[in-house]
Amino acid sequence: MMSEMIVDIRDLYVNFNIYEGVTRVLNGVNFRVAKGEKVGLIGEAGCGKTTTVKSIMKILQMPPAEVMGGEIYLEGLDVLKMSQRDLQMMRRKTVSMIFQDPTAALNPVFKVGDQIGDIIKYNQLALGNKISKEEIHEKTVQVLKEVQMPDPERLMNSYPIQLSGGMRQRISIAMALVSATNLLIADEPGTNLDVTIQDQVLRLLGDLVEDRGTSIILISHALGAVKGLVDRVYVMYAGSMVEAANTEDLFSDPLHPYTKALFKAVPKLTGGGIPMGIPGRIPNYLSPPTGCRFNPRCSHAKPECRENAPPFYQVGDGHEVACYLYGGQ
Amino acid sequence: MNIKKYVAYRLISSFFVLFGLSLLIFSLSRLVPGDPARLALGPMAPQWAVDKLRAQLHLDEPVYIQYIYWVTNVFRGDLGQSLVTRRGVFNDIFEFFPATFELVIFSVILSTSLAIILGVTSGKYANSLWDNIVRVTSYVGIAIPSFVWAIMSVFIFGYLLRWFPTLGRLSSGVVMPTKVTGLLLVDSLIAGRLGVFRDAFYHMILPGTSLVISRLAQEARITRASVVENLHKDYIMAARSFGIPERTITLKYLLKPSLIPTVAIMGMDIAGSMGGSFIVETIFNWPGLGRYGMSAMLSNDINAIVGVVMLIGVFFAFMNILVDLITAYLDPRIMMKLRGG
Ligand SMILES: Nc1ncnc2c1ncn2[C@@H]1O[C@H](COP(=O)(O)OP(=O)(O)OP(=O)(O)O)[C@@H](O)[C@H]1O
Ligand SMILES: [Mg+2]
Repeated sequence: MMSEMIVDIRDLYVNFNIYEGVTRVLNGVNFRVAKGEKVGLIGEAGCGKTTTVKSIMKILQMPPAEVMGGEIYLEGLDVLKMSQRDLQMMRRKTVSMIFQDPTAALNPVFKVGDQIGDIIKYNQLALGNKISKEEIHEKTVQVLKEVQMPDPERLMNSYPIQLSGGMRQRISIAMALVSATNLLIADEPGTNLDVTIQDQVLRLLGDLVEDRGTSIILISHALGAVKGLVDRVYVMYAGSMVEAANTEDLFSDPLHPYTKALFKAVPKLTGGGIPMGIPGRIPNYLSPPTGCRFNPRCSHAKPECRENAPPFYQVGDGHEVACYLYGGQ
Repeated sequence: MNIKKYVAYRLISSFFVLFGLSLLIFSLSRLVPGDPARLALGPMAPQWAVDKLRAQLHLDEPVYIQYIYWVTNVFRGDLGQSLVTRRGVFNDIFEFFPATFELVIFSVILSTSLAIILGVTSGKYANSLWDNIVRVTSYVGIAIPSFVWAIMSVFIFGYLLRWFPTLGRLSSGVVMPTKVTGLLLVDSLIAGRLGVFRDAFYHMILPGTSLVISRLAQEARITRASVVENLHKDYIMAARSFGIPERTITLKYLLKPSLIPTVAIMGMDIAGSMGGSFIVETIFNWPGLGRYGMSAMLSNDINAIVGVVMLIGVFFAFMNILVDLITAYLDPRIMMKLRGG
């Protein structure tokens, strides 16, 4: 199992140096994805999901971001120590990301076909093929068809502003598909779309990675969708993972107080009712609480929770939880 | 609305703007105190001669009647007679325009390319030593008006260092190439006289740089600001995440959106250079429209003043339309608006 990891983040710390001071955002992230595995990543807004996945591709803006410690392995190679050239190769042919906001991720002043074309060109270059304009065109049409866009030719000649939100989302999926041979990172795909279209997009994404055997990291607020799509789920809170388990286990038997609160806040999954929200707020990263960062909001908090952050405890098959409540087992 | 319709619409509205401008400048030129006829003929001229010229110029009639005479003639291609050169203002403009146009084009090419290079490199490496040098220099550049640059450069590069000539378009003794376009750089090449080309080029350097240095600084600053803004956009990070080479990102994906605000002010700057050339041409004794306009003002040569101002107005209107078209080409969002509205 260990050697088959495509992503292995160990104890990652990331700060942001901003005007107000230093925000200590990632606080010892441990996160793994096996080859071919489909992993979900859930957690409240601002808990550091996007920061975690961006660091995998080393595309965090530095500064303001600064890696304070930890290691990131991608297919066994240390991303933080990779040469610029190797990083480039990795981005061109093995890993890619669907950004959270597809409208912002598309360049507004270039045609869609032009933007996809460049990605194809450098992907092929990395694979050792010099590719002609016609072949680029052909491949662009093909990848647009894969994301079920009607009339690819017309679409290629459009600027992003001429397209609907759903179309832009599909375009950014198409772009990511070109170079996501081994790993696809999808950051809240479809969040800004209405529920039916979001559903379609997620299902499409699921089918695409299924067909290709690509690993996927799916960040989503749509817990229902996550449930149906991924093998394993990580729950993140204020800069670190608090629980990880197979999807079934996590939803049937959530252990961490935060996970329980999160599920309770989402009524659809547990069967009706009004969302209660989780009492309290995510901590201020300028001066986060010591120990377990959830302790100020946790009804089970003990003195030790305020002193040291709990390690991951193994509880059952592949179920891990970072909470002292389970330390004795 | 398609682009052709849009241009037609803009041309028509420019026509009204120019009409307004002509009313304004015409009235001003007639209301300014001082008798143009007396000035033209000199203090020694007999009164009857002055009166005759006044009558010839319709100066005794109400301003609106004078204007009607003037407008009627304009549509016949006649801007009236210059009181100084005693030739048609239209002919004068035709003769002096190429020198100014050449200077403006030269300085526009210079400032545009430098502004983009400086703005992009300093924006891309924001807060580096290079960026700070560019920023401080451009503050200085903006703060100092062009006539000060002109005088300083005459002194330093012309007088102390003797690198560049400071007067006119050609050295004395150099024979003008046969007039084809009126642009010496072009005409000398057509005539195959490289020595003249070189001489003309050298003569353009000091007036050309004085004319644009503060605009160049302003354009560089605006380009820098928009590069810095776009540098952190998601689409740049996305391009990077797909392994697009940094060069392509800068020269393609970053450059094009960043040029939009620059182009908007560049158009105004080009048109403004025409006006700016008044003082610079006078300092460098450049035989262009600016010097012509300047001497017209000093001698109250009313027809020449109105003619030159109107030409600059036409130039502004034209640049305005051109800028809007280039902006629409660069920015599909604006193109949509043109098409849609
Ligand atoms: N470029 C940046 N500069 C400064 N702070 C940042 C930057 N990017 C992220 N942060 C901070 O890091 C924290 C985590 O942000 P991140 O985007 O990773 O959260 P997220 O879990 O993806 O949230 P969301 O669900 O809203 O997308 C936030 O407090 C945010 O303010
Ligand atoms: Mg996010």
